[in-house]
Amino acid sequence: MVSATEMETLNLVRADLPPPRGREWTARLKPFLGTPINAVITLACLWLIYRLVTGAWGWLVTRAVLEGGPQACKVGAGACWPFLAAKLRFMIFGFYPYDEHWRPAFAVVLFLGAMIVSMIPRFWSRRLLWLWLAVPVICGVLMYGGVFGLPVVSTTNWGGLPLSFMLSSVGLAFGFPLGVVLALARSSKLPAIQVIAIIFIEVVRGVPLVSILFMASVMLPLFMPDGLTVDKLLRAQVAIIIFAGAYIAETVRGGLQAVSKGQHEAAAALGLGYWLSMRKIILPQALKIVIPPLVNIFIGFFQDTTLVTIIGLLDFLDTVRASLRDPNWQGIAVIEGYVFAALVYALFSYGMGSYSRFLERRLKTDHDRSPAH
Amino acid sequence: MPKMINKIAALGIAAAALAVFAGPASAQATLDTVKKRGKVLCGVSPSSAGYSYADDKGVRQGFDTDVCRAVSSAVFGAPDKVEFVPLNTNIRFQALQSGEIDVLSRQTTMTFSRDNSLGLDFAPIVFYDGQGLMVSTKLGVKSASELSQAAICLLPGTTTLQNLEDYFKPRNIKYEAVVFEDNNEWRNAFFSGRCDVITTDRSDLASVRAVANDPKQFVILPETISKEPLAPVVRQNDSNWRDIVSWSVNTLIAAEEYGITQANVDEQLKSKDPEIQRMLGVNGDLGKMLNLDNKWAYNIIKQNGNYGEIFERSLGEKTALGLSRGPNQLWNKGGLLYSPPFR
Repeated sequence: MVSATEMETLNLVRADLPPPRGREWTARLKPFLGTPINAVITLACLWLIYRLVTGAWGWLVTRAVLEGGPQACKVGAGACWPFLAAKLRFMIFGFYPYDEHWRPAFAVVLFLGAMIVSMIPRFWSRRLLWLWLAVPVICGVLMYGGVFGLPVVSTTNWGGLPLSFMLSSVGLAFGFPLGVVLALARSSKLPAIQVIAIIFIEVVRGVPLVSILFMASVMLPLFMPDGLTVDKLLRAQVAIIIFAGAYIAETVRGGLQAVSKGQHEAAAALGLGYWLSMRKIILPQALKIVIPPLVNIFIGFFQDTTLVTIIGLLDFLDTVRASLRDPNWQGIAVIEGYVFAALVYALFSYGMGSYSRFLERRLKTDHDRSPAH
Repeated sequence: MPKMINKIAALGIAAAALAVFAGPASAQATLDTVKKRGKVLCGVSPSSAGYSYADDKGVRQGFDTDVCRAVSSAVFGAPDKVEFVPLNTNIRFQALQSGEIDVLSRQTTMTFSRDNSLGLDFAPIVFYDGQGLMVSTKLGVKSASELSQAAICLLPGTTTLQNLEDYFKPRNIKYEAVVFEDNNEWRNAFFSGRCDVITTDRSDLASVRAVANDPKQFVILPETISKEPLAPVVRQNDSNWRDIVSWSVNTLIAAEEYGITQANVDEQLKSKDPEIQRMLGVNGDLGKMLNLDNKWAYNIIKQNGNYGEIFERSLGEKTALGLSRGPNQLWNKGGLLYSPPFR
C-alpha cells in the first residue's frame, strides 16, 4: 500500500478521483495537443474531416442536380437525385411487377415487424416460435401469389431488398439450428457422428460460397431426372443454409469449449442426461458467449447474399447495379447508386450490431469478474 | 434421438416435395409444354444496356427481350405471355439443356462447336456483331496495325482475349491485356488513360463511347477482329419448336422488307401481294404448318413491330446507345439480313 504522502512525492494521481478542478479542459486536450507530434496529427485530422464534410455537403446538396433527366446529371457536378428518384422502386423491388409492389413492401414490413417484436425481451416466449413459423409462410404466399386472387409472381422476378432479407434471414434461421446440431455432433463422443460432422463442416467451409451456389445452380439440375426442375431461388436458399450452418457450427463449438468442465460435471451430478444438460445448462452459456462472433456471421451473410448474382438472381446490390445499366443512365450516376446501397447496408448492419450489444448486456448474468474491493 | 431424426427426415422430404415442380421438358414437345404452362420461359441477360435491361418500372426492355416477345405473340397471340429468366453467360446453355428455359435470347454468338457439341440448335442470326477496338483520338492511330505495346482494357469473357491473341499474334504486334471484372471500372480505366485501347463487341463500344463526356474524343478503329453473329438458341431435336422461333425471327425481317409495320399491318391485310397474304394468314395455312394460329405472323408484327422498329427502339440512333444499322440492315439495302420467302 502506498501512502498519500508517498503518492505526492511520486507525482501520482489516484485514478478513481476526478481530475482537479480548473484543469479539466487542459487535461482533456492533453492527449490531442500534448506533444508537437500529437498536435500536428490532430490538426491534420481536423483538416481532413473538414474537407470531407464540406466535400460531401457540396456534392450532396449545393452542387447536386435536383431535377431534370440524364442529360442534366451528365452536365452537373454534384449528386444526381433524379436518378435515385427514377430508380428507387426498381432498386428496392427489382423485377417484381410494378403494380404489385405493395406485396413485397407489405412482406418486408411484416418481416421487420416480427423481427422487432422478437427483439423486445418482454415478448420472449414460446409464442414467438409460432410467429416465426407463420411470418415466412405469409410472406412467401404474399410474394408468390396464386391465392386470394393475387396473380402469381414467379421467383425469377423476385429481387431487391425483399430478396436480400429473405435469403439472409431464412438462411440464418435454418442455418442456426443446423449449426448447433453440427457443433454438438462434432464435439460428440460417438466417432461416426463426429466424423460425419467434421467432413460436412470442412468440405463446406473449404470451398467458397460462390462455388456452392454455382454447383447448386449448374450441377444439380443435371443430376435430376428429365423434366424435373427445382426452383432456382430455392436451390440458392438451400446452398446458403448449408453454408451458414457450417460457419455457425464452428463458432458454436468455440462456445461449447469455453464452458468450463465443472458445468458438465455439475449437470451430470444432478442426474441430467445428455440432451437435458445440453439444453438447460451448456448451450445457454455457450450461445451467450458466442453472441459477438455470431452477429459477425449474421452481418457477413446479409452482405454475402449479393453473391447470388452469379446464378442470375438480383438481390439489393445487384438491382442497384442493374439500374446503372439502363442505357439512359449508363455511366452517369454510378457513385450515387453505390452510395445509396452502402447507406442501406450500413443502416441494417449497424442495427444488428447495436442490438447484439444490447443483448450482451441484457443476458449478462455471470458473476462480475472485477476484483473485490 | 430417433424421433428427432424422423422429424428432420420428414421435413426434408416435405421440402423436396414442395420444391420439385413436375415440368416435362424433353419428354414432351416444347410447344405442348409451353401451351400447357401458358407462357414462354425465355433466358436473357440479367442486365445489358439495349438488349435486356430494366426500365424505371422494372419491366425488362431491349432487343433480346423483344425477340422473346415475338415468340410469345406467335404462340399465344399476346406479347406478355413470356417470363424472363435472367442467366449469366456461364450457366446459359445448361439452363436450356435442363429445360429451365424454352429459348435463350441472350447475345449469344453462334459458333460451330456450340451448335454441334452442346445439344442445341441456333435460330437465324438476329444481330451481326464483331469485336472492335476503340482508341482516343489523341493517340493518332488510324488502324489496328499501327498499335504497338498498347495496354488494352477488356472484360473477362469466353472469347474476347482469345480473339485479341488470334488477331495480334500472327501480325507480330505486342500488347498488354488488362482485365476488369466490373463494367464501370473497365470503362473508367479507359477514360482515365489506364489503357490505350478498349475492346469488346462493336455494339458495346458504341455504348461506351456514348457515356464519355466528349464522345468525339474517341474513335472506333475500322478493323473487326472477330465475327460475332448473335442468335437465339433452342434445344436440339425439337424441330417444330425450332421452326417456330426461326420463323418468328424471319417474320420480323421479312416484315421490314415488305414494308409492313406495327402501324400499317391492318391495312396490309388488304394487300394484293400474295406473299404478304400468305404471311399474314389472309391466304393459305402457313400458321397451321407450325401448329400455330394462322394469325401468328400478324400478331408478331401488330404487337412488336418489324425488325427495324425493334432495332430503333432499343439500339438505334435515337437511343442512348446510338447504334447505326451497319451490317444489321436488309440485304437489299447493303446489309446482311435476309429472310427466306413465305411460301
